[in-house]
Amino acid sequence: MDDSSPILSVKNLAVTYKTRKRDIDAVRDVSFDIYRGENLGLVGESGCGKSTAAYSIVNFLGPNGRVKSGEILFKGEQLRNRSEADLRKLRGADISMVYQEPMSALNPSMQIRDQLAESLIAHRGFNQKDAFAESLEALRKVYMPDAEGVMQRYPHQLSGGQQQRVLIAMAMLNNPSLLIMDEPTTALDVTVEAAVLDLIAELQKKYNTATLYISHNLGVVARVSDKVAVMYAGEIVELAPTREIFHNPMHPYTMGLMRCLPDVDAPKGTRTLHPIEGRVPSPANLPAGCIFAPRCQHAEPECLAGHPHLKEISPGHQVRCFRAWDWTAVKENWKTEDLVPLKESCPDRNGNTEENVLNVKNAKVYYPVPFKTVGGLFGMEKRSYVRASDDVSFSVKRGRTLGIVGESGCGKSTIAKAIVGLEPLFGGQIDFLNVDVSKPLNKRGIDTIRDLQMVFQDPNGVLNPSYSVGDQIAFSLRRFGTVPPDQIRAEVERLLQAVKLDESYYNRLPRQLSGGEKQRVGIARAISTNPAMVVCDEPVSALDVSVQAAVLNLLLEIQNTRNTTMILISHDLSSVRFFADEVAVMYLGHIMEIGSCESIFQPPNHPYTTALLAAVPRADPDAPHSNIRLSGHVPSAVKPPSGCKFNTRCPFKIGAICEQEEPSKRDMGAGHLIYCHLTPEDLKNKII
Amino acid sequence: MATENISMTKSTSRFVLTLRGIWKGLQELAELIFASPTAVIGLVVVLAWVFVAIFAPLITTYSPLEQDYKNINQKPTAAHVLGTDNLGRDVWTRVAYGARTILSLGPISVFVAFLIGLALGLPAGYYQGWVDELIMRILDALMAFPTILLYMIIISAVGASPFNVVIAIAIGGAPGIARLVRALTMDIRTREYVAAAKLRGDSDIMIMLREILPNSRGPLIVDFLLRIGYAAFYIGTLGFLGLGLPPPTPDWGGMVQEGHGRMSANIWPVLSATMAIVTLVIGLNMFADGLREESMRYQ
Repeated sequence: MDDSSPILSVKNLAVTYKTRKRDIDAVRDVSFDIYRGENLGLVGESGCGKSTAAYSIVNFLGPNGRVKSGEILFKGEQLRNRSEADLRKLRGADISMVYQEPMSALNPSMQIRDQLAESLIAHRGFNQKDAFAESLEALRKVYMPDAEGVMQRYPHQLSGGQQQRVLIAMAMLNNPSLLIMDEPTTALDVTVEAAVLDLIAELQKKYNTATLYISHNLGVVARVSDKVAVMYAGEIVELAPTREIFHNPMHPYTMGLMRCLPDVDAPKGTRTLHPIEGRVPSPANLPAGCIFAPRCQHAEPECLAGHPHLKEISPGHQVRCFRAWDWTAVKENWKTEDLVPLKESCPDRNGNTEENVLNVKNAKVYYPVPFKTVGGLFGMEKRSYVRASDDVSFSVKRGRTLGIVGESGCGKSTIAKAIVGLEPLFGGQIDFLNVDVSKPLNKRGIDTIRDLQMVFQDPNGVLNPSYSVGDQIAFSLRRFGTVPPDQIRAEVERLLQAVKLDESYYNRLPRQLSGGEKQRVGIARAISTNPAMVVCDEPVSALDVSVQAAVLNLLLEIQNTRNTTMILISHDLSSVRFFADEVAVMYLGHIMEIGSCESIFQPPNHPYTTALLAAVPRADPDAPHSNIRLSGHVPSAVKPPSGCKFNTRCPFKIGAICEQEEPSKRDMGAGHLIYCHLTPEDLKNKII
Repeated sequence: MATENISMTKSTSRFVLTLRGIWKGLQELAELIFASPTAVIGLVVVLAWVFVAIFAPLITTYSPLEQDYKNINQKPTAAHVLGTDNLGRDVWTRVAYGARTILSLGPISVFVAFLIGLALGLPAGYYQGWVDELIMRILDALMAFPTILLYMIIISAVGASPFNVVIAIAIGGAPGIARLVRALTMDIRTREYVAAAKLRGDSDIMIMLREILPNSRGPLIVDFLLRIGYAAFYIGTLGFLGLGLPPPTPDWGGMVQEGHGRMSANIWPVLSATMAIVTLVIGLNMFADGLREESMRYQ
């Protein structure tokens, strides 16, 4: 087997799923090759068939899916129509997979060493002792800290990043020729993701494995892939080497995907996002002609008439577009056009602020830990608490956005829920419009409830599936008497228009809406009461990138037209940079740093902020990547470390003082506060 | 005048849309049922019994109480398709009228059981804490009794009558329903639309009835159907134990009770009544199971 022929060659693959009504072609006419040592990134929004295409290689399509036509050649051999027994010999040995959810991919009742050894014993006939030795070696290869200890542990005793390392070690055990990775870092925090991506890139170089890497995140693909295939509604629309596709995209969909990403390096107000209008068509209901034509800005009559084929326009660069040839003129400056600064940029907004809408003082949200002994019920055990938010203080000015960022488990959502009254406060005080709201929702006045609304995270949970869109917004209007009863319908339609949905949505049920549309209805419901403040808890994190842009634009527009004060909770620093005026960085229930957006995103800033910024994957293969990585995982909030909460992971730790003394706030001017023992000079020029 | 017209058309179109919504819902339900052969067979069996119950006076030529001493314990003949019992009553007629009893008492008692189960399960699952502890411990105590023993205690305390059979079956079924409702409530109360309802200051009762209850309807409908099957079974058992409906009433359980001593002489009354119970219970079970299986598929 020489290196000139591909490890995996997929030709004209078509996959169908059987449903109650008819067969649905989820993937059509997909062809690609992966050579030894090559990493092919398969990107696209959800429902574009990328996982389906990958799973068909090992025939993991489930009971109702099947490969309809095409060829899947692995090292020159046909994989289609192979018996289950044949495939089983390949899977885990010469082809292995890494899944999205590390927790559900590992067996919770087996020790790590047994799970690792299993595949060696099954595929290569190792005895147990040798298998354990080999497994330990594999864990060391993925730089698992305390590899011997991890061998003995069960999955729940490992952090998400460690679990994913175990899975990668498991996939690499038998030195496979082909590795399929299905969104391996999507479920991880950004700092952990960065470390796992480093690992994937390094293993790739070292072992020359051919890799198929599925991701919805262009930044991630830019980091690890050599070639990128962009999928849209079941077809590959563009396939090119990574640098080519990021610097010279030829398909309007690829261009659209890149234009809709918020840029972590661009301050608020300096650019708007360009969402792709419309939604991905369902594979059961594809448009005639070019599948992207209905959403394409550049579509011409011929695009609606005929279906374009994938054609090579320069060596290695294939595009499925009729107009790819006369592009060069049209698409000049495709990335920078319309990126003119808006009138309201950050400094301007700083000028016209008056009063504080919200004041949070030393807010604590603790959850009691259940007693471990019966004695606890009679006061014989000291109660311990999960300190979800500890001593958090900040204020938000009218018409401005405070972004709260941090990894999962840092307490950002908890403090948001405490503000709106969904979680009880353990200590401290919250003042809203000069009213004390440190009490649960049912003790707050109806005016306070009306003025303080929330936008939720999960688009599938945000609407009650039993009522039509219009009814759900009308519930709020009726409850608060916002408009007289006979004008409710008109008001609902006006609100729907405000979130860019037409009045035909009034009678639709939530399940007839896409994720982005549901989120818009959620926003319409939140603003229906004309609130003074809206708390947005990860409003876009569950949405596809093209839809994220539209929702972020919408929130910005609402803020600008209604002067609404907002809090944006997010783990994504790019969207925070796009939308926030002030930012609070939280870690383990504490604020590490707070200040204006501009001061936070450049030095001098807190070491934790530096690490978060370094970890953001940038959609540019040539972007310099920092080597600042966080090791270990977030400590337990029941027994937080003494001194600075971040000292166990801080790459800039200066010594014992970090472990012993809680850092006092360091005022850097203009309301920029940093809680760190480092001197301002050190904060500016951080060197490990 | 013009505005009036517009509001008229708007309210009319709203009404039409609602009707269309219901029609579409029914169509989807029909599609769901017809996709599953199990559900279709179950539904056909159940509908056959419903037909028999409704049209009993038309499809039988006798009255269920009419005694004919000249023709007792007869084998099936053209005049008596399932023969006659020891009092000369037409077995087929009694089976047909017995379907009326069981198909009215069954659903009614399950309905009452659901009201009790919802009233206990919703607050238990919604408030949790000590409310939950209190309600669930009471229900645990109730569930510790073997069901049939519980029925016997209730019936012997209050006497045998259709109303009391309903009460007994409702009390016996309520704990299981409350547990199911509680589990569903505990899941749904964490959804964000419930938080959204809290953020418009809705009362707890309102949240339970408007947000939680409608979204637990799927599993509850399947459970309702299954429980009608169990209820038919228990009404039969109570009848057999002589705790069901008072004697002359046509009742499948009662027929087995009256006839089981003479089975060697005349098996037809017992056989017909047991077959009736078996087919109805299996039909309901098949319908419920098919519906559940089909609605879970393709998810």
